Amino acid sequence: MEKKPLADTVVTDFSSILPPRKKSWLMSPSADSAFRYLTAGLAVFLLALVTALVVSMVYNSQLSLSRFGLSFVFSTTWDPVKEIFGALPFVYGTLVSSLIALIFAIPISLGVAIFLTEQCPYKLRPIVLTLVELLAAIPSVAYGLWGIFVLVPFMRNYINPFLEGTLGFLPLFKGPSYGIGLLTSGIILAVMIVPIITAIAVNSLTAVVPTQREAALALGATRWEAMQVVLLNARSGIIGGVILGLGRALGETMAVTMVIGNRPEIAVSLLAPAYTMASVIANEFTEATYDLYLHALIEIAILLFVITFIVQAMAQLLIRQISKGKTSYAKAN
Amino acid sequence: MQATSKGKMENISQEPKPQDQQNQPSTKIEIEAENLNFFYSQKQALYSINLKVPEKSITAFIGPSGCGKSTFLRTINRMNDIIPGTRVEGKVLLNNQNIYAPTVDVVDLRRRVGMVFQKSTPFPKSIFDNVAYGIKINKLSSSRAQLQQMVEQALEQAALWSEVKDRLNDSALALSGGQQQRLCIARTLAVMPEVILMDEPCSALDPIATEKIEELIVELREKYTVIIVTHNMQQASRVSDYTAFFLLGELIEFDETEKIFTYPKEKKTEDYITGRFG
Repeated sequence: MEKKPLADTVVTDFSSILPPRKKSWLMSPSADSAFRYLTAGLAVFLLALVTALVVSMVYNSQLSLSRFGLSFVFSTTWDPVKEIFGALPFVYGTLVSSLIALIFAIPISLGVAIFLTEQCPYKLRPIVLTLVELLAAIPSVAYGLWGIFVLVPFMRNYINPFLEGTLGFLPLFKGPSYGIGLLTSGIILAVMIVPIITAIAVNSLTAVVPTQREAALALGATRWEAMQVVLLNARSGIIGGVILGLGRALGETMAVTMVIGNRPEIAVSLLAPAYTMASVIANEFTEATYDLYLHALIEIAILLFVITFIVQAMAQLLIRQISKGKTSYAKAN
Repeated sequence: MQATSKGKMENISQEPKPQDQQNQPSTKIEIEAENLNFFYSQKQALYSINLKVPEKSITAFIGPSGCGKSTFLRTINRMNDIIPGTRVEGKVLLNNQNIYAPTVDVVDLRRRVGMVFQKSTPFPKSIFDNVAYGIKINKLSSSRAQLQQMVEQALEQAALWSEVKDRLNDSALALSGGQQQRLCIARTLAVMPEVILMDEPCSALDPIATEKIEELIVELREKYTVIIVTHNMQQASRVSDYTAFFLLGELIEFDETEKIFTYPKEKKTEDYITGRFG
């Protein structure tokens, strides 16, 4: 029997060996455009949701908006009994407690991130990272509870008397102190944002190409000097992490409410009780017995929204400024 | 710290050398490897390398990927030290001093043995600050004027000065790939090294940029001992005086470049350079 030529045995038409493929609707062009409309619709829905949120907030704060105008932002009196509402103490409390949080959190986070990427024994690293990330997962009310029962007495009995004793001549650290107050809430916030900043800083540091470090070392840099070069490379990522942390600190409600003291006054001393925008909303919306009161609270919500937005926008500008020229680096390589 | 360690090294290099000059009579040996073994954790990457590199010469390391040529290059400035789990046995002598001796100041060693990488590695700083970086951290200049002069000189040496002199304050990242690589060479020259190691410095560059770097390498021979790792056989034959052929972690053959490329002693070398494998 004659052998078949090889070419004949080559299968080019798979339809004979594969089961016939079903023509499903999902493969048709109309499914394609339906999918496009679906995703576009979802995107539009999100935009509409934000718009509706803003519109309804403005609508529901119109009494306060028309009555106080701009003076709402600059007035320091918050007196629901006399129907006078000014938001400045809350703006102050929010900004200062977040600032304190950043002052404590940035060095700690950077230190931990540098330790994890530079010095930490290889096997210990994932364990420490997991622990750090675990900190971020703790509910804020748990932080608040810990704040009330552990941190506040600790501040009242040890830290604050020490500060009064040594730096008490500065108005910033003047007594009397109750343990609760701006400083305490700033520390609680710092503990809460350290994991965020650390996790992002670790990511940015490990993303720096290893040759940057090696190039510095090859020029006779010490380990610390080479580390500075790595930090320089990671700076926009690290700043991004700080901004995320700041965003959380500005909006954090529960833990701060539990330790800040909730007094709508601007005191120079960091040991004195204060109030934040998020806290006053959470505390007083159930007590807002008349419309103007409720509208004033909603206006504070708008203010918080605007301030957060401004901070984020400024941060974006900052990062863009810093990473100038990076695009051309990516192109050249 | 720096001054003392340098003084020590000079003393040692003035000691009478053992008269063992099979490769190159009448030239001073700058770098010498003696029974060098290298390990990444359990895996051995270099097997008893013995090699003598004369001073003020260009030596090319060739061989297929993974043959150990880059690993060997990085033992010369102890750059492998930063990889956890690596281990060195044997000696690498720089001017007759063992750089793996416990008394050696690694930071100073790395200043004396400069390195240029495969991908250019400009720091995210200005052109000026990139070159000034090494001068500053090693405190080689005493005044701002001297610093400026040293930066200019290094850029001149790297044939980059005329292209960047009007934009020294621009970001180094805005330079082209070839310019970035020459900037990295300038940065290396600025700290006044004795040896320059180059790890495939042209592999990411186009032919014109490559030609410029090659011309530069040939000029560097007058003052420096240059070792270049390359995958490009033509490049090795164009620029180098000596060629070392590595295979599977062993040094197969080391000789003058002309001899390696015309009458290699080893069959494996011949197979490689004629393109039979690799």
